[in-house]
Amino acid sequence: MAVASQDNAVQTGRAARVFVYLVLLLFALFYLLPLYVMGVNSVKPLEEITGGRMMSLPETFTLAPWASAWSTAQIGVEPTGLRPYFINSLLMVVPAVAISTVIGALNGYVLTKWRFRGDTIIFALMLFGCFIPFQIVLIPMALVLGKLGLAGSVPGLVLVHVVYGIGFTTLYYRNYYAAFPTELVRAAMIDGAGFFQIFWRIMLPVSGPITVVSVIWQFTNIWNDFLFGASFGGTSQPMTVALNNLVQSSTGVKEYNVHFAGAILAALPTLIVYVVAGRYFVRGLMAGSVKG
Amino acid sequence: MAEVEIRALRKSYGSVAVVHGVDVDIADGQFVVLVGPSGCGKSTLLRMIAGLEGITGGTIRIGGRVVNNLPPAERDIAMVFQNYALYPHKTVAANMGFPLRMKGMAKPEIEARVAKAAAILGLEPYLARYPRELSGGQRQRVAMGRAIVRDPQVFLFDEPLSNLDAKLRVQMRSEIRELHQRLGTTTVYVTHDQIEAMTMADRIVVMRDGHIAQVGAPLEVYDRPANVFVAGFIGSPAMNLLPATVAGGGEVEVGGTRLAAPEVAGLAPGTAVTYGVRPEHLDLADTGLAARVAVVEPTGSETHLVLHMEGRDLVAVLRDRLAIRPGDTVRLAPRAGLHHVFDATSGVRIG
Repeated sequence: MAVASQDNAVQTGRAARVFVYLVLLLFALFYLLPLYVMGVNSVKPLEEITGGRMMSLPETFTLAPWASAWSTAQIGVEPTGLRPYFINSLLMVVPAVAISTVIGALNGYVLTKWRFRGDTIIFALMLFGCFIPFQIVLIPMALVLGKLGLAGSVPGLVLVHVVYGIGFTTLYYRNYYAAFPTELVRAAMIDGAGFFQIFWRIMLPVSGPITVVSVIWQFTNIWNDFLFGASFGGTSQPMTVALNNLVQSSTGVKEYNVHFAGAILAALPTLIVYVVAGRYFVRGLMAGSVKG
Repeated sequence: MAEVEIRALRKSYGSVAVVHGVDVDIADGQFVVLVGPSGCGKSTLLRMIAGLEGITGGTIRIGGRVVNNLPPAERDIAMVFQNYALYPHKTVAANMGFPLRMKGMAKPEIEARVAKAAAILGLEPYLARYPRELSGGQRQRVAMGRAIVRDPQVFLFDEPLSNLDAKLRVQMRSEIRELHQRLGTTTVYVTHDQIEAMTMADRIVVMRDGHIAQVGAPLEVYDRPANVFVAGFIGSPAMNLLPATVAGGGEVEVGGTRLAAPEVAGLAPGTAVTYGVRPEHLDLADTGLAARVAVVEPTGSETHLVLHMEGRDLVAVLRDRLAIRPGDTVRLAPRAGLHHVFDATSGVRIG
């Protein structure tokens, strides 16, 4: 008998199974190769890389490239390392993810449980917002940020990402709440709970899976965004822009080991979010998609 | 506790009217069942009483107070839903205490009232459990517990037993009835099941297409249905309704057989009427309606016969076990005085 988690899988022969695992292993190695290259080269002295031994393990192990990337490397004209930009990114991503997720949840709640005339049109317009390419809105966005006095600041970037994220987060929560029994909301109304009490005490406690989806999605997109950061970052540019400035600098020696370390540093937060919350990710996507 | 007074109540969704001017009076402490086929407006009516649905026209008074524009929480009502509507992330105790917490009641008092309600419903062993760990009947009991902790003026039940299996339904039926006798709270109960209506109600309100077809005590509705719709809806198996003509001399003619019906004496001979007789009021006899037996259904306590009579189906319920087989032709005589006559066009009861 198959174990519970496999009982809807097709039974296959032993040979076929070995073949499948071999192929999977091969692909896994293939996709892990870049990470390997980045990892080993970030802990080598530069001479080992330029000497043509890019694929081999380090002969002399050193963390100096990491220290350099973090705090002393030349970013643009300042030798600050990536640290200040990492902090900029954090200051941008945390409020942007939190605000867009909360607003998305509220929107989903209203669009499914407090329906009003024209709600489907509003939802359709929000969905439409998901498909507008970033480049199109750059100039109007710059105009608005200028008028609001938020140009070139972290709050400005937070606003940009919240506006862009609401379409997605609303979509997630709307579909999730559509499957949530409306009678519970009615029961809560009779029990004396108001609009926000129902949201806070009834809806949010059962929104775990979809919140994980929303947070991962928003965090990854906002952290990895380059275009908005480069356009509206001003003096408080995020990590992605700084990494570009580090790697693309056209003067002096190319410190590949420092570049590799910097690139890993830039990718680390999203990696951590995936590892910590990832197991809920697929489950959450399914939870929202079954009914709607 | 309070009386509920509904006057000329109407409900429309855009141009579609679903409840057309309904009047119902529910006395203090009464158990009233709203019954009707699906789409008759009974659930809409209940939700309007609860305040979950806006009112298009008319008034609803609870305890003498017009509640038309009050939100549900201020109407002093409690409602039990068909799918229980328990909060999945809260324990049984937290579910039952939720309405009290929303009122801002102190914790010790909430606990005391939850404990009291749990004792009434036999829920004490389950207070720390979550809804998903309970059976259907237990969940329904928790939903009732959440309603009774508030000590409301009116209980509203929206098809609370539809999700339970047949045996549990019968048991919960008497439990709800017993609870009502104990608490004496005015209750409005919606169901599509006429057996539930008959067995539980002090008064039945039969609804059809957003109108009230008849209001009365269960046996009153059963004995003297006001029209063909109620006659066919209340009672199981359903009443036989046969086309007939007035024959004069206080008799009607049904499929070539003359049957006594004193109430038609005033009508002109030849007038078309509908003759109704319940399956349990038909007896095997030497005279009466001749019909061919199509199916014999023994239930143990009684025997159901499905018969064909001139292209119409006829059902009879007999107390005795008889040696009748499909294909036999029998004669069935309605018991004296236990028939019904309705106007053929309007469907209204005659006599």
